[in-house]
Amino acid sequence: MQKIEAINDFVIKFANINGSGSASANELVARAILRMGVPVSPRNIFPSNIQGLPTWFEVRVTERGYLGRRGGVDMMVAMNAQTWDQDVREIETGGYLFYDSSRPLPRSRSRDDIHVIGMPLTELCNNTYSDPRQRQLFKNILYVGALAHLLDIDPSEIEKLFGQQFKGKEKLLDSNIQALNVGRDYAREHLKPIGLKVERRDKVGDHIFVDGNTAAALGCVYGGATVCAWYPITPSSSVAEAFIRYAQKLRIDPETGKQRCAVVQAEDELASIGMVIGAGWNGARAFTATSGPGISLMSEFIGLAFFAEIPAVLINVQRGGPSTGMPTRTQQSDILACAYASHGDTRHVLLFPEDPYECFEMSAQALDLAERLQTPVFVMSDLDIGMNQRLCRPFAWDDSVEYDRGKVMTHDALDAGADFGRYLDVDGDGVTYRTYPGTHPTKGGYFTRGTTKNAYAAYSEAGPDYVENMQRLLRKFETAKSLVPLPVLTAARYPARFAVIFYGSTSPAMHEALDALAEHGIYLNALRVRAFPFQNEIADFIASHSKVFVFEQNMDGQLTTLLINEAGVEPHSLVTVVHYDGTPITARFITQEIADRVAHLNVHPIKEDRVA
Amino acid sequence: MTYLAKPRLHHPTLAKNRVGYTRRDYEGKISTLCAGCGHDSISAAIIQACWELDIEPHRVAKLSGIGCSSKTPDYFLGNSHGFNTVHGRMPSVLTGANLANRELIYLGVSGDGDSASIGLGQFAHVLRRGVNMTYIVENNGVYGLTKGQFSATADKGSKSKRGLANNDTPIDLASLALVMGATYIGRSFSGDKAQLVPLIRGAIAHQGAAVIDVVSPCIAFNNHSGSTKSYDYVREHNEAVNRLDFFPQREEITTEYGEGEVIDVRQHDGSILRLRKLHAEYDPSDRVRAMAYVQEHAARGEVVTGLLYVDNEACDLHQQINTVEHALNTLSAAELCPGSAVLEKINASLR
Repeated sequence: MQKIEAINDFVIKFANINGSGSASANELVARAILRMGVPVSPRNIFPSNIQGLPTWFEVRVTERGYLGRRGGVDMMVAMNAQTWDQDVREIETGGYLFYDSSRPLPRSRSRDDIHVIGMPLTELCNNTYSDPRQRQLFKNILYVGALAHLLDIDPSEIEKLFGQQFKGKEKLLDSNIQALNVGRDYAREHLKPIGLKVERRDKVGDHIFVDGNTAAALGCVYGGATVCAWYPITPSSSVAEAFIRYAQKLRIDPETGKQRCAVVQAEDELASIGMVIGAGWNGARAFTATSGPGISLMSEFIGLAFFAEIPAVLINVQRGGPSTGMPTRTQQSDILACAYASHGDTRHVLLFPEDPYECFEMSAQALDLAERLQTPVFVMSDLDIGMNQRLCRPFAWDDSVEYDRGKVMTHDALDAGADFGRYLDVDGDGVTYRTYPGTHPTKGGYFTRGTTKNAYAAYSEAGPDYVENMQRLLRKFETAKSLVPLPVLTAARYPARFAVIFYGSTSPAMHEALDALAEHGIYLNALRVRAFPFQNEIADFIASHSKVFVFEQNMDGQLTTLLINEAGVEPHSLVTVVHYDGTPITARFITQEIADRVAHLNVHPIKEDRVA
Repeated sequence: MTYLAKPRLHHPTLAKNRVGYTRRDYEGKISTLCAGCGHDSISAAIIQACWELDIEPHRVAKLSGIGCSSKTPDYFLGNSHGFNTVHGRMPSVLTGANLANRELIYLGVSGDGDSASIGLGQFAHVLRRGVNMTYIVENNGVYGLTKGQFSATADKGSKSKRGLANNDTPIDLASLALVMGATYIGRSFSGDKAQLVPLIRGAIAHQGAAVIDVVSPCIAFNNHSGSTKSYDYVREHNEAVNRLDFFPQREEITTEYGEGEVIDVRQHDGSILRLRKLHAEYDPSDRVRAMAYVQEHAARGEVVTGLLYVDNEACDLHQQINTVEHALNTLSAAELCPGSAVLEKINASLR
């Protein structure tokens, strides 16, 4: 029988029951491989539940540094009877099924084209431990030990990780190492070698291993946020929780021990965005973190912030929608909801981070942009980036760069006789001056309201005042184009007629797919869009290709719609390819879709220099 | 309302307060509310209270929701920043503003529709959090701006101008404030300036969540017979439990009262609330008893007014979450950004 053979390039998937302590055991495998200098990309595919439902942990081992989902599973660690059939089905031909053989496996429920590795985990555990909780927890460590042997994972790396995890708890440390060794010993004595191996390399470099939500929170600390108002919602809650954790260390006044920021868990998303807007109006940098349903609730306020021109940062960790949708699954399905959030004619600035590094960078940048443009700014993360630990470039900060606090009229400027009109476009860029409340006893005070106002913030329902304000807001949005991050071009090795556009968490799978396609003689230029409003570069890129595939993780092709609406793009030049089942898009899916479509477009790659 | 612009010139003999402002410096734009509207009397009481307290007008931030009452912040303290937010959500915006700069005075102005109907949740939660503010509800039992629909404070059985009876149980905002943990709760009547002005002064001096429910008749839609929020009805059923005299820290108290006639409450800022008892047994420091008292009288159709509850040990949201003493909006990058060296350590911990 065929046997998958691979060194440092395979996918291992763990099928578990949530609440059984499996997540930390599985993470141990991922981290140990990472410590061996081999990049890994783990993904937690979990239910909206605390205990008892199926959960999966997929580890991509990738010497070449492909951090997206590849697609397919080379080895399944099947620890959940509920999902046995689907888990077994998912294994690639020639792949491996590792299971608990304490109970016999009916032949009919396995496959002939895979290698079945049975290990009596429950039996071993029951023989070694008497405490029921230990029996459960150490069953996980037992299979970690067996896998360490089968995959050649250096056990000393696992022991070092235990050492960090159980620092000061020597008893736990010893019992974990004991369990690990029971697993290793059994595997050495009873299990046949397999074709998947990890070999030590030096491919991780100085990269860090962190989840996007933690990164976004740290970005808000570095970006100078002083107010965080939030309401718990999966998958965004850990942004605020990480902000609280970092603030307790990094935002303490050394003299008084008091905190240099305020965090409020609001009663709902209406209140959390209200607080952010109140704080932004009053000159503090403020943010909230939420997900789709929260954005829906916040929409009225987002419109107010847009029209009243109040800085606000919203970190939207997207999940499946609509309605309650799939809270623990990933999608990019709030693009239109955020771009046009609220009633009336509104448009908002969106940033699309591709990984935790950009979650950090863009969250900090969003705080600058929000104050520069005096408007809500959305950081469009998603569950795949936000809640999974990902290898990425180390965070960087330039100490010489000042915060951009935007156009704020000071007490002295008012005294010097500046003509202060809150909505008066003195610079022609659509961005007007504001004053913080309490600035000056007699000048600079104004009444903030939604639409009914003139350039001097006086009440007005006059049509011309309204139109003038709307036109200025359009100018402001035009100004935003010059401030938001530029798209990133990945040029094909040879001139290409076709191209792809993608954004956010699709990025790592796309880069792997582009390499795979190039190996098959299909070359495409690729543009990663990083922000809305769209710069002219994006329209130019589309215009210079005969077909552009837009890859999205939503059903409707929301970015495509936005490109057609806002970038003046010819609709027929775009082909939308979507992946929206709630799991992260895979490199194999992208490769297949592009290969098929290129074939349909009657392009037959014959010679390498005359290809798609 | 009038269309005549207010003259900008002030008479030179107008009295000035300790910070050099005349009472007129606390005025705002001309009201666009109906002539005789109770809300205008409340605006006047706010002006009077701020002038008497020697507050610099620009150190007040006034926030409101949507409705007739929420338009009023345009009609007082014209040099202060104001924010007309969205319907029922002023409390959260005020909370955020207060977080950003704890050094200003926050005045929330709302109505019964804004606070008891659409905004009941935010009304309750802002009190739970102890946000340092003065929250004034201009309570007339109807939606004025949309022409006379009942709000959630309308009494059961009260009649609308068209003769329809309200079937729903009313929400008593003062009782709710007692339950939700507000630390200064007053109720008054827009027609009783002598009672209202000291209540507002005490509320502004109070360092915590202060609420004043002010019954304020709607002259256009809720001032007819059958209404329980009309001028006539409120005058007939007003049961003031005490009379408040407010003494700022610096003022010497000279008036003498007999033993048992007054209660003095010293607030955190040193100001003294002197309460002349009108109902001998009423104790405004007993929250649980206050709830029963207000409810017992409400059951008899009486509107209990005065200072209903005060906690002189109140603390506010900033104290609870232990924020620095300076306004957060004044902190510099040096105070906020941990810098690249710390970031390098964080990077190292993530490897």
